[in-house]
Amino acid sequence: MTLELSHFSAAVLFSLFASVVFGITQRNTAREQLRYGMYCFVMFAGGVFVAGWVMWILRH
Amino acid sequence: MANSVKPAVAETPKPLATPASPSMSVIAPAIAWLIPGAGHLIQKRWIRGLLLMASITTMFILGLMMQGRVYLPNGGDILDILGFVGDVGAGGLYIVTRVQGWGHGAIAHATADYGTKFLIVAGLLNFISAADAYHIAIGKKP
Repeated sequence: MTLELSHFSAAVLFSLFASVVFGITQRNTAREQLRYGMYCFVMFAGGVFVAGWVMWILRH
Repeated sequence: MANSVKPAVAETPKPLATPASPSMSVIAPAIAWLIPGAGHLIQKRWIRGLLLMASITTMFILGLMMQGRVYLPNGGDILDILGFVGDVGAGGLYIVTRVQGWGHGAIAHATADYGTKFLIVAGLLNFISAADAYHIAIGKKP
């Protein structure tokens, strides 16, 4: 079985799983873990958008 | 007039959590490496363990489904060596993959390179998870 994801969907899945692990392992309380996990996800996903626009600007 | 200054007492830092048995500090990271999330589960951190297990295992399986390449032990290019180190972090998932002969990679698929990265990062995240299980076992983390 072969899965062919777009670059964006692969990046979002990557962000989700990495953020869950970062949140759990890098903070102590449940609330802090949730907040940090969400922060990491936003930074990952936001980084994808920023990098995408930077590449678009460089190309044009 | 008597001075009521209290003598300074050296305070020892309090541990964040009660340490488990000494053997747990060896067993927890070992089993966490072998089965992602299991190091937390054997210490009764059920939700954390299940979330780690689901995240790392799903990421590894998605990597395989995207036709990612699993690195073999090698002494060649530095990036290949590091790729192997990352992959082997997935522990039991890596062993099963090698035994089954999966993960040869398929350059015909554009997403295969994403899959290779998913496999490596799943292993690296499992290293972090095992370290976290160790910190829980020694009482450094609740």
